[in-house]
Amino acid sequence: MSLDQLILTKFGADADHEMILNMGPQHPSTHGVINFVVHADGEVMRKAVPQVGYLHRAIEKIGEIVTYPGFMPYTDRIDYLAAMFANEGYALAVEKLLGLQIPPRAQYLRAISCELNRVASHLVSLGTMAMDIGAVTPFPYALRERESINDLLEALCGARLTYNYHRIGGVAFDMPEDWMPLCRKWLDHFEKILGEWDRLISFSEIFVERLAGMATIPAEMAINYGLVGPNLRAAGVDFDLRRDEPYGAYPDFKFEVPIGKAYAGSHRGGQIGDCYDRFYCRVLECRQSLEIVRQALDRFPPGEFMAKVPRKIKPEVGEAQSRIEAARGEMAYYVVSDGGERAYRVRARTGSFLAMGIIEEVSQGLMIADLVALIASLDVVAPEIDR
Amino acid sequence: MKELLDNLILRWGHDPANWPSTQGVYLAGMMLAGVALTTFGAIFAGLLSWWERRVAARIQSRIGPNRVGPGGLLQFLADALKLIGKEDLIPSSSDKLLFRIAPYFVMTGFVLTFVVLPFGYRLSPSYMNVGLFYVVSITALIVVGILISGWASNSKWALFGGIRAAAQVVSYEIPAGMVILVPIIMAGSLNLHDIIRAQGGAPWDWFMFQTPMGYGAFFILFVSLLAEGNRTPFDLPEAESELVSGYNTEYSGMRFAYFFTAEWGGLWVSSALLTTLFLGGWQVPGVSIDTLTRWEAAHAVPWWFYLMSAAVFLVKVLALVNVIVWIRWTFPRIRVDQMMTLCWKYLVPIGMGLVLLEALTEVLSFQIFGEAAKGQAKPGSARDMLHLAFFLIAGVLPLTAFLMKTFKNIQLTGDRVDLSNW
Amino acid sequence: MPGLTFEQIHQKLVEKFGDAVGPLSPPKKDPFCVFAAPRLREICRFLKDAPELYFDFLEDLTATDHPKENLIRVVYHFYSYRHRHLFIAKVELDRKDPQVDSLEPLWKAANWMEREVFDLFGVTFKGHPDLRRILMPDDWVGTPLRKDYVEAGGYLGISNVRDNPLDLYLNMDRQVRAEKAAAQPPPAPSTSPAPGATAGASPAPEHKAES
Repeated sequence: MSLDQLILTKFGADADHEMILNMGPQHPSTHGVINFVVHADGEVMRKAVPQVGYLHRAIEKIGEIVTYPGFMPYTDRIDYLAAMFANEGYALAVEKLLGLQIPPRAQYLRAISCELNRVASHLVSLGTMAMDIGAVTPFPYALRERESINDLLEALCGARLTYNYHRIGGVAFDMPEDWMPLCRKWLDHFEKILGEWDRLISFSEIFVERLAGMATIPAEMAINYGLVGPNLRAAGVDFDLRRDEPYGAYPDFKFEVPIGKAYAGSHRGGQIGDCYDRFYCRVLECRQSLEIVRQALDRFPPGEFMAKVPRKIKPEVGEAQSRIEAARGEMAYYVVSDGGERAYRVRARTGSFLAMGIIEEVSQGLMIADLVALIASLDVVAPEIDR
Repeated sequence: MKELLDNLILRWGHDPANWPSTQGVYLAGMMLAGVALTTFGAIFAGLLSWWERRVAARIQSRIGPNRVGPGGLLQFLADALKLIGKEDLIPSSSDKLLFRIAPYFVMTGFVLTFVVLPFGYRLSPSYMNVGLFYVVSITALIVVGILISGWASNSKWALFGGIRAAAQVVSYEIPAGMVILVPIIMAGSLNLHDIIRAQGGAPWDWFMFQTPMGYGAFFILFVSLLAEGNRTPFDLPEAESELVSGYNTEYSGMRFAYFFTAEWGGLWVSSALLTTLFLGGWQVPGVSIDTLTRWEAAHAVPWWFYLMSAAVFLVKVLALVNVIVWIRWTFPRIRVDQMMTLCWKYLVPIGMGLVLLEALTEVLSFQIFGEAAKGQAKPGSARDMLHLAFFLIAGVLPLTAFLMKTFKNIQLTGDRVDLSNW
Repeated sequence: MPGLTFEQIHQKLVEKFGDAVGPLSPPKKDPFCVFAAPRLREICRFLKDAPELYFDFLEDLTATDHPKENLIRVVYHFYSYRHRHLFIAKVELDRKDPQVDSLEPLWKAANWMEREVFDLFGVTFKGHPDLRRILMPDDWVGTPLRKDYVEAGGYLGISNVRDNPLDLYLNMDRQVRAEKAAAQPPPAPSTSPAPGATAGASPAPEHKAES
């Protein structure tokens, strides 16, 4: 059988009416190494089947080999764009197993670092989304702002991408002395940049027309397929772990939770849960994160930044689950302990993994250009999917 | 150009009609002109790549090439040398003959337009009577080349790019061709130089500001030429984030450079066409057509007029090219079906309407103004006042509003205008 | 959290399904209960549809391997957006041939999560529309997350064993030094010990100590 015939039989394709295209795994706009086998009838897709696993690094297996504190750098790599959240989730799960109380200063530091990281992650997501739609300029703007966040976080913990900042029991380092005024200055500056962002791309006619009414995911479908985070909120479900199942310092903060409201406008065919809603919810979330960081800086408590943790962490037999609102949705850690120094099982259920599951369903009938927009709007990153 | 060569032969003491080597001289002259124009096209493409990269970088808060040569000016030479020195890869499963031929179609379609494009007063290789028609038809060779390259690459993504490009370019030929009728009606000729002579130097004497139809026709032609040149927001055939460079994915080295040159040199062609048809071409502000006719009758056109006209033309073309570059780095890309909708549902009907209205206006204008309706309006005449009024409403007002909005945007981000960083 | 507690949910389940629902585990941080594998889908349908429970979000579906007890436990986390309550359930499967009903008809989120468990643990989900490997390559042999998984020693001819890079560098270093020492002329028989000999002698014992 020739190679073409082999491909057709393997994918069950209809040879006369479909063309099988491979988008990826190396492709400028799949977010990471993901492959999509696209069954296309001309420009319109019959379906797009994702194939993942190119970035599988067996992090969950490694969790059974290294000690509890030693696993923390590996959690960074579960989602390297929003590493603080992965750190925090794991720390919360193990602290639940140990029954530790975290000092309030540590909780505030965690919240501040996480919210800054949320903005950084959203900037990458929004910038790449704009770039995938064709507007190249917003991406360097987003990266330029992200550089400032990277500098702030580097002053805090020493790293720009994979922070390894949170520890089981608190955080690794305290806030440096002159960090707070720098952070405030940046917060003021970034508010204006968000305005520029809106003027440049969020309300740009061509951009909105591309995304309005595209790949609408209604609320029931989103819940059933397990979408989380901004994807779920854009579908209209008013749920945010920080407000509804709060953890850490979040009960102290007042912030709004942006939900999808067909921001594209009905005259352009905008619907609740379309690509533009998912995009604009993230823009609004950036603003809310700034609010949270401001409140945290205003109320920053004194005290310890790390609880008293035994030298060898050996939680008692049991299992614990922790859920955090990461940048890409709810990340749930499930840690099983058998009483030893090493975990029996570490499981990180990420938002991007579930978001990939919906692509095959939603992509039917879209055009190839829309597939790119869909993937970008769901904000999937390969490390979260494959771990 | 024929007169130039005839004058040269006469100066050598031969009669052009009877000298046996006349054809040889013509041939040599034409080849020289061809080489010169192709070189101009290539060098302009290279310089435009430098300009685009610097402008794009400044728009994106970064610097752009600044190492090779002063301000990165020689970067395009370095890139050209690199491209020439690359391995000539031809995919083994491609259609080898077609794969090799495709870039030449594209280059031919691009270079041949220079035959009629004016560079200044009496500075073009030929003064074809049907110059405009010739330009529109010869640029269709480019789409042939793109389609061949998409097919011959034997790669699904390249095929996608080729088909998209064919659909796009062919579709947008229609509104372009239709809307070109507006300046033709206004000028009464297909000859590019006659069209320029029917306009004037001052902005309100340009066809763009003479009638609302000219204004609309300018924008429709602008959009259509963007689409034909595969520039954002119409760069679907080479949409980098979807097709990994579309129809020229499989091309490397000099073959890729041909596509490259044709696309960016084509910006000169588009802008020159727009300038000729709507922005007054090489007309120098202050030198009216009467003065020019007087000079020509006395065979005493001053040497500085040639230079001034070339300079004016260059400035206008470069300004348009700059706007096209700005547009590329500001707007996202539209989708295939949206592009088709725009072309067939909006631009074509509006273009048709503009042509009809313009024809009506010409007839009316002859009724109202009589003989003064033809050609450049006399300063101070009623027609001139009309043009001035329309220019103020449709030209000055939007431009001022745009500039004010720009400054306000800059202020809102807490930034300031700083040109020292260039 | 608002909504029902673990105990209340467990109570309702026991009322409806009797002993298909095991006892709630002692509150070891996160209490769970064990469902009987054959009635899993019924119980889950009740969990999903019953108005006072209404678990509309299948939050997590994973497995743990217990070779000592000869069990693979598939763990389900359910969450309800309407009532904001959480429930954790497990199903115990025989390690030799783990099979259980698929929950894909109820929650589409189970589609990919069950594929992952199939891939990494080898659990077959009956009724899953498209059960194939997801994270590992299609022709991988073995189920990596099991405790007794031994790597096959290579994949498609690429070995997955390599020397420690530090050892590689050490060997290279030793080789270079040996060549240099061999290329040097033999030290002249003078009174003081030749500088080459002492220079050559001192690093060598350190190397031997490190290796």
